[in-house]
Amino acid sequence: MTKPLSAAGLVVEATGLTKVYGSGNTEVVAVRDATLTVARGEIVALLGLSGAGKSTLLTLLGLILSPNAGRIAIGQTLVFDGQRTRVNVRRFRRQHLGFVFQKANLIPFLTAVENVQLAMEINDVSPRAARTRAMELLEYLGVSDRAEHLPSKLSGGQAQRVAVARSLANRPSLILADEPTAALDSVRGRQVIELFRKVAHEQNAGVIVVTHDHRALDVFDRSLEMEDGRLIPKAVAAGA
Amino acid sequence: MNLALKDIRHSFGRFVLTTFGISLLLMLVMGMGGIYRGLVEEATLLVDRVGADLWVVQKGTRGPFAEISRLPRNVEDRVLAVPGVVSANSFISHTIQREYRGKPLRVTIQGLSWPADHGQWLPVVAGRVLGQAHYEMIADKSSGLALGDQVPLGKDTYTVVGLTGQMNSSSGDPMAFLTLTDAQAVQFDLAGEAVRVERASRVSRLQAIDLGRSQPQLEDRAAGLSSGIPALGTSMVSAILVDVAPGYDPAVVAARIASWPDVTVYSHEGQRELLLRGNVDRARRQLGLFRVLLIIVSGIIMALILYTLTLDKLHDIALLKLLGARNLVILALILQQALLLGSLGYCIAYFLGQWVFPYFPRRVVIMQEDLVSLAFIVLGISVAASLLGIAKALRVQPNEVLA
Repeated sequence: MTKPLSAAGLVVEATGLTKVYGSGNTEVVAVRDATLTVARGEIVALLGLSGAGKSTLLTLLGLILSPNAGRIAIGQTLVFDGQRTRVNVRRFRRQHLGFVFQKANLIPFLTAVENVQLAMEINDVSPRAARTRAMELLEYLGVSDRAEHLPSKLSGGQAQRVAVARSLANRPSLILADEPTAALDSVRGRQVIELFRKVAHEQNAGVIVVTHDHRALDVFDRSLEMEDGRLIPKAVAAGA
Repeated sequence: MNLALKDIRHSFGRFVLTTFGISLLLMLVMGMGGIYRGLVEEATLLVDRVGADLWVVQKGTRGPFAEISRLPRNVEDRVLAVPGVVSANSFISHTIQREYRGKPLRVTIQGLSWPADHGQWLPVVAGRVLGQAHYEMIADKSSGLALGDQVPLGKDTYTVVGLTGQMNSSSGDPMAFLTLTDAQAVQFDLAGEAVRVERASRVSRLQAIDLGRSQPQLEDRAAGLSSGIPALGTSMVSAILVDVAPGYDPAVVAARIASWPDVTVYSHEGQRELLLRGNVDRARRQLGLFRVLLIIVSGIIMALILYTLTLDKLHDIALLKLLGARNLVILALILQQALLLGSLGYCIAYFLGQWVFPYFPRRVVIMQEDLVSLAFIVLGISVAASLLGIAKALRVQPNEVLA
């Protein structure tokens, strides 16, 4: 049973999120009472030093880990309420979320187009329709000429574009990207962030990008900083 | 999209090598079963081909295939006098190993009751059956003998006039068929010197007693052929094969003959059962054990291979989970590969076996029912072998993609 919660126009609304690893002497509070919202069409940067809790927050928002406390609503659906899961998280992920990682993480035995197609087929899209949309997405991201190549035959930038195409395959309402530009040079890194901005604005999706790269901050609508598991609001980025 | 096939396409060489390895193992399993079937068939071949209703053997023995059985040949005449007996033929069987053209020649010699039996019941694949009472031989082609070969056995040389196919004894040796008297000549052959010493010994013993001194003609006899001395008894055979006339109960005839104090009688089924329980049983159990062990080894190897293949894909499996794939997608990926590995391995094993088994030193008989049961076993071990990999895959957490 899912329960509408978040306000219209918000793609994600997280309140008081806390994530603790270990217990007793080994207890580490990775995320402490984090609250944030992201609107549709908004691209948000999540900044912070290593170990600040950015990736953990992203995995909580991506329904990969469950929080110890707090609530998460995505779209208008309450997903986590404290430690209680209110939806089938795996189904919810494939229907509503898109992921991009530091490495492209493409399946090595599938071609570029098959990697994108697979994301849709596991969401019960017919192979023919999935193929057509996968080709459209690769075209949109400018890598359609590499569609039939295996990941090992793609450059870092090309592979990351395919990963972005895969994250868009099921028209997600929220895209989560964990340092997607870390393996790219500054020019290509910026291109990828601009691509996310384009996707957020054109497809009306919320995008949260964990990044260390302050040179592209002007591309984001807003940035948040994490420190010792806490979320610290920052000023609106220059590009907004 | 079939992920299992896509993965195989990507690492095709490794999959082919793995499948080939599995197929060799399965071929051995198939071969073991085939050797067992061959053993049974060879063991019962002669009994079935001869088809006699009753086997009369030396009292207290279990017949010529289990142990030494010696009967005077004249038992044949006594048996013929029993009401209901339509024919009685002497049977002789013994294994010899001689040197022929620089190679060992090991054959089981069977005596045919000439002139009634020319070997017309034998599966002659080349040449002809016996055409004369002496010095001709029909040999199985697995002996390596060819038509026209001159084989010296004892003091005589025998010409191979016919070749049979797949006539092997219960111990796997190729059979050779001679007339009964020739088979006896080979069996009881003594060196010339041994014969001369025996004759001299007889004469010497005779001269030492009154009978020899009072009957000088006896001394001439004693110095001659053993067969010329009635007191030395008739020649010995291994068994007498009896056919019962239609309308007579073989059990009644058998009971009548079995009442004689010097013989034991077995029915056709009885002799067959003795062969299977005696000669073949231990080998059957040994082969059965090897088969089970090989199946277990195949299962373990398949499980390890599938587990390794799964370990190689753990990151991809975590990614699939992160993308929201159902467990069924992951399960199908592993299970389909396992079944493909098993079924392809089985098919290759079958075709390899067709090519290799004829070169096995023992006969390999592949039965339809054995193939079907092995196919089910392979399917079973494929599924069982994939369980380890599936268990590992299901434990993978989606956040491992981020590691």
